[in-house]
Amino acid sequence: MIEKAFQGSKGYWTWIACLLAVIAIGGMFYVQQWNYGLGITGMSRDVSWGLYISQFTFLVGVAAGGLMLVLPYYLHNYKEFGRITILGEFMAIAAVVMCLMFIIADLGQPMRALNVLLHPTPQSMLFWDMVVLNGYLALNLICGWAILHSEYKGVKYSNWVKPFIYLSIPWAISIHTVTAFLYAGLPGRDYWLTAILAPRFLASAFAAGPALLLIIALIIERNTLFRVGQVAKDKLVTIISYAAIINFFFLACEFFSAYYSQYPSKMYTKDYLFFGLEKDGSIFNNLVPYMQASVVIGLIGIAMIFYARSKKSDLLLGISCGLIFLSLWIDKGLGMVLGGFVPNPMGQVTQYYPTIPELGITAAVWATGFLILTILYKVAISVKLEKEL
Amino acid sequence: MKKDRRDFLKLAGCAAVAGVGSSTAFHSLLRGEAEAAGLRRAGTKKEKTGVRLGMVIDIQKFLDDQDLARRCIRVCHQIHNVPEFGNPKDEIKWLWTDRFEHVFVKDTHYRQAQHLQGMPVLTLCNHCDNPPCVRACPTKATFKKADGIVGMDYHRCIGCRFCMAACPYGARSFNWRDPRGMDEHGRSFIRELNPDYPARTMGVVEKCNFCSKRLAQGKLPACVEEAAGAEAMFFGDLNDPNSEVSRVLREKFTIQRRPSLGTYPSVFYII
Ligand code: SF4
Ligand code: SF4
Repeated sequence: MIEKAFQGSKGYWTWIACLLAVIAIGGMFYVQQWNYGLGITGMSRDVSWGLYISQFTFLVGVAAGGLMLVLPYYLHNYKEFGRITILGEFMAIAAVVMCLMFIIADLGQPMRALNVLLHPTPQSMLFWDMVVLNGYLALNLICGWAILHSEYKGVKYSNWVKPFIYLSIPWAISIHTVTAFLYAGLPGRDYWLTAILAPRFLASAFAAGPALLLIIALIIERNTLFRVGQVAKDKLVTIISYAAIINFFFLACEFFSAYYSQYPSKMYTKDYLFFGLEKDGSIFNNLVPYMQASVVIGLIGIAMIFYARSKKSDLLLGISCGLIFLSLWIDKGLGMVLGGFVPNPMGQVTQYYPTIPELGITAAVWATGFLILTILYKVAISVKLEKEL
Repeated sequence: MKKDRRDFLKLAGCAAVAGVGSSTAFHSLLRGEAEAAGLRRAGTKKEKTGVRLGMVIDIQKFLDDQDLARRCIRVCHQIHNVPEFGNPKDEIKWLWTDRFEHVFVKDTHYRQAQHLQGMPVLTLCNHCDNPPCVRACPTKATFKKADGIVGMDYHRCIGCRFCMAACPYGARSFNWRDPRGMDEHGRSFIRELNPDYPARTMGVVEKCNFCSKRLAQGKLPACVEEAAGAEAMFFGDLNDPNSEVSRVLREKFTIQRRPSLGTYPSVFYII
């Protein structure tokens, strides 16, 4: 089956080569980081998590978002999703691998990563995050591969896979809930200390994951004979738009409770992220343009996706999904984590700017994810097309 | 000072048998706790017994002797091989001063005594009784000992920095680069290496440990010893009503850093 990944057009190989180049450059930066330490990044005593952990947080969402494709098909027997379910499972695999890579990239002592398993600490949310992430990876590898393999053989997947499929459904929720709990249980970090954090995470995940998948599906449709099907696309639009709307509703709830209550520590971070925080005569606002853009882009994306659906325009659909994805990426892949640190619990402001090596390593992890995704999708689509043609 | 040390030695010696004589200790403790806490601590089933180390810092004394804080910090950082990178981004600190309004965050004080604003206050890890940093650590590299000290195992720490996110007091530092290295002028980050204490490696978290190594030798923490002449710092068993800290806590009005967070800091301040 895997041999399908080695037969491809010129465009396919160029794409692979580009990804490999980004990975190689990032790899060089990682060697630098290995030798110098995490001081090579823009993180500091005050902002002790940066781009790596925020990307990790966002990608856990993308991985969990695969659920929105698996659930209707297996649980509600929604046949129209038959063609894209496997894409959702494979997307989850790529996303979880990226998550794990970001965690490793962020460790001060990566060689000791196994200490988490050698000295299991059930009271630590990070321990549970490790457990659920690796479990989810395993579940998706098992399900994805078993199902594709049976398709390759032209038979229905065997019954032993079923429990794993059903297990993977609540498990997808658990990965993002536990990731939210990493943040939502810390005193003194008022931006994170909110019970709505896990629901917010899930809402944004259920929009971002399917949005990315739909974009990829459209690209595949353009370049191969593979077709997602109009009904499935429409259904995805519904899922994405409702999840995105709920996400913004939750954001509005956060705003309400902060500003109506006038509770200072609840307002500070939102001031810093969305309006600029004034402190000792200076204004701190390096994230404001991004966060404001995130809201605007997201709302435009939602409006546009409904329009694209009524017009049945794939181009507009792709663009609106892109906007929604970008909006959620800024909100979660940037603001969510940094907002917990600025201002710090002592009320001091240290702004964070990622460095070139940090950006390089981040890009390399994304490229690795896309490489995995490309290979998995190549195999999956080749198998599917072969059976159908 | 002498009395204080005697107190402390007694405490260290009795620590082992504390469990045995806990019945009387229990009663005096109840009295002590009743004074200290207005509200029963949520979530605790039984009262704490045994040694519970704590510290009192008299802010006024540090104002009287402006150089005292610097001396305390120097001796702490020197004996513990705390590196100096010369920039705030990589900074590591165990004991340091910060402005009053940062140490005691109160966003909504309408009026506050002028002299308090900007006043330097000595801060360090609070060795919280309910430490969020310990809860967060996924490898038990940060742990709470029976005597209340929140300790660090530098060899087990994976450098995930979850504890730093969890600590609401900014008490933890991370080795962003190799502390045993040298700057571009060939100057070691650790100015004078103290061979009796380990230097850390790159990529681990560190913080004040209440001088647990000195305590084991029956000595007081280095900073307390430095400040003893000025009677500016006190250290000892909070659960022993006869200890110096207990006496000071009884006699003086003290405050803690952000008590509303439920971390139960064991460092107290006399304003
Ligand atoms: S002050 Fe911070 S580092 Fe120290 S015990 Fe409390 S939470 Fe942990
Ligand atoms: S108790 Fe010891 S380690 Fe902690 S600040 Fe004082 S001298 Fe430093």
